[in-house]
Amino acid sequence: MALKLEHVSYIYGADTNLAIRALDDICLEIPDGQFIGLIGHTGSGKSTLVQHLNGLIEPTEGVITYDGRNIWEKDYPKKELRSNVGLVFQYPEHQLFEVDVFADVCFGPKNLGLSKAEIEERAKKALELVGLSEEFYHQSPFELSGGQKRRVAIAGVLAMQPKILVLDEPTAGLDPKGRDEILGQIAHLQKETGISVVLVSHSMEDVANYVDRIIVMNHGKVLFDDAPKEVFKHVKELEEVGLAAPQVTYILHQLKKCGFDVDTQATTIKEARDTILKAMKEGRTC
Amino acid sequence: MSIIKTDHVSYDYIRHDEEGNIEGKTRAVSDVSLNVEPGQFIAILGHNGSGKSTLAKHINALLLPTEGTVFVDGNDTAKEENLWEVRQSAGMVFQNPDNQIIGQVVEEDVGFGPENMGVPTKEIWERVEESLKAVGMYAYRKHSPNKLSGGQKQRVSIAGVLAMHPKCIVLDEPTAMLDPNGRKEVIRAARALNDVEGVTVILITHYMEEVIYADQVFVMDEGKVVLQGTPREVFSKVELLKQLRLDVPQVTLLAYELQKAGLGLPDGILTAEELTEELDKLRKR
Amino acid sequence: MLRDITLGQYYQTESVVHRLDCRVKLVATLVFIISLFVVDNIWGYVLAAGFLAVCIKLSNVPFKFMVRGMKSILFLMLFAMVFNLFLTPGTPLITIWKLTITMEGVVFAAKMAIRLTLLIIGSSLMTLTTTPNHLTDGLESLLNPLKKLKVPVHEVAMMMSIALRFIPILLEETDKIMKAQIARGADFESGNLIQKAKAMVPIFVPLFIAAFRRANDLAMAMEARCYRGGEGRTKMKPLIYQKRDYIAYTVLLLYLVCTVVVGRVLPI
Repeated sequence: MALKLEHVSYIYGADTNLAIRALDDICLEIPDGQFIGLIGHTGSGKSTLVQHLNGLIEPTEGVITYDGRNIWEKDYPKKELRSNVGLVFQYPEHQLFEVDVFADVCFGPKNLGLSKAEIEERAKKALELVGLSEEFYHQSPFELSGGQKRRVAIAGVLAMQPKILVLDEPTAGLDPKGRDEILGQIAHLQKETGISVVLVSHSMEDVANYVDRIIVMNHGKVLFDDAPKEVFKHVKELEEVGLAAPQVTYILHQLKKCGFDVDTQATTIKEARDTILKAMKEGRTC
Repeated sequence: MSIIKTDHVSYDYIRHDEEGNIEGKTRAVSDVSLNVEPGQFIAILGHNGSGKSTLAKHINALLLPTEGTVFVDGNDTAKEENLWEVRQSAGMVFQNPDNQIIGQVVEEDVGFGPENMGVPTKEIWERVEESLKAVGMYAYRKHSPNKLSGGQKQRVSIAGVLAMHPKCIVLDEPTAMLDPNGRKEVIRAARALNDVEGVTVILITHYMEEVIYADQVFVMDEGKVVLQGTPREVFSKVELLKQLRLDVPQVTLLAYELQKAGLGLPDGILTAEELTEELDKLRKR
Repeated sequence: MLRDITLGQYYQTESVVHRLDCRVKLVATLVFIISLFVVDNIWGYVLAAGFLAVCIKLSNVPFKFMVRGMKSILFLMLFAMVFNLFLTPGTPLITIWKLTITMEGVVFAAKMAIRLTLLIIGSSLMTLTTTPNHLTDGLESLLNPLKKLKVPVHEVAMMMSIALRFIPILLEETDKIMKAQIARGADFESGNLIQKAKAMVPIFVPLFIAAFRRANDLAMAMEARCYRGGEGRTKMKPLIYQKRDYIAYTVLLLYLVCTVVVGRVLPI
């Protein structure tokens, strides 16, 4: 059930003299059950790419297939695609509109034409997955805190029961705890449901802790597409495109330079701690 | 004399029901007393809803305290006749870059403040030029703000405040909606204002990396200042900060983890260099 | 698709028209509109179209830009034309079912189409070459005498300029909200009129909330920068007539006289 992009390009304003090539010959595959980080600075094309994944934008060139079928062929059921590939936009809480939380989450499944019982069951499940209990169901979404609103919005997409969930900067504007909570919840639901998650971010720390694979975008092209450890080896190249490796990587490089025998591939605080402790122990024995 | 002084300031948000009766009160700021000396770089930390933005709006007289007094450059903000002087001495930059630019061209926006103050035309142009140069946006003076990046928009907003020749600038989460590059741009501009122009800067944020250069950090929770000191002092309280829904810079966190694992590191390490140095000392011991 | 609306958006470039005093441009637009309604024959329209063409040429704004702006109002224009085509009484030409097209109707509809087209292009030329801030200043200055009658001239002008500044931002926001709701399976295309109207609710509610939030933020930002109405305000770009502005006024007067003579007095 993979989503596949083959040589996809997209040009904004193709018919004008202001044409901008936002995507340039992208080849990607998003298989089942993977947790993917999509990284790039503003204007790298990642938001444009994301809108291709559920058929909101038609590529200028190239083919996108879901489950082997071209999503832009005539009569392709777009609604089905959009329920299979769920997209959560940036600041999704700005799209809430219903009078209560529960009704808002029901909006998606209702559009799919499901039975009332099924709609409600899905909404309940989705709210549970984002960690909102029943006491929230009949509150107005506008009375919740920023982090809670965002969960409602994410639940609204989850209720479509997507096989692939794409989240465009789900932590933007949240405080540190709020960031950790949302990311933790997403990681949890990814494991729980076994769906694929594409996490769009420009924070390496966010991504490093959770994902199996990182795609780095620059100037509409895929610069790297590999396991986090492999990607973070390219500290120089990442900096050249306005990104940075996780701060931990820098610390470890610094230590290595000063003669500590640390493993510079560690990307999380935990890994860094362990390798430093190991290096310190060995340093003492000899 | 301090440039900003808050004396036991409290602020209640009052909720009204549909008939306009008072339904309830929420205390957003509670008994805050703080002093800011001219030329300082101050950071106020706090999670969303901790009251930090409400406090910030008091400095510009956008809100007036329910209890207590706020003095800006010696002027009581609650006195009607001080209003414009207060707003001119303490400028303010807000969170959303799109919602605070009034002009359709960068230079016109920067000129908006001085126009309101009644500055003569020739001087407005001088101020606009020097302000845009100070934030490194002079080359964009003829551009439309809609075409700029988030970081650039925020720098224009800072220039707009700077053109009013304030003694103090309050930056209310100026980087919350920006990407890492934009954040760096804005913080660099703010630090330059402080270093070069000697403007007092009050930075409100929840990004820990942005406060390590501050002279003084105030941490807020539930409307109160719960922790204050130099960045080193504040960041040595890792557990307390975590309880307050905050964080510490990654280096500090790593040092803290190492400490917990038994290494004899000092509290509040802020940079990779410091950590290397301290580990080196330990190794040689 | 929403980005295509170019009405009211400033087009940044260097040209004589851009440099003209905004009061001249406002007066010129007004005169041009008046001339369109004074004119009553083909030569008058030719003259008006020629005048407009010269202005567009001088403005360095690509013609494509203006035509693209027209697309959005095409429907309105067609509607008005059809209405006039059938409902003007006079000599019948063709009768379809119960509706009759009259000779007068055809003439009237044609005139109307020409007028509307010229009018829209003419006024969008003004907004394309004048920044909203200038526009405000110009309006304020031209309407200044009304202040004596307690008309809040400055306030109205400021409101207009802010509205213009936020149009592109709100359009973009609408686009984003629409896409987000489509991603949740919303359907804005199929169904009858009532269903379509109902489908708009998920767009309008968030859009209004967003607009109010922006308005609130903006008001605060303006206050923080010492805005307190027009009283005691100085201008960064005060309006001072240059030589070219007087020349423009002269040309404008000449144009008006010519169109009146050609369009009214001369027989066809």
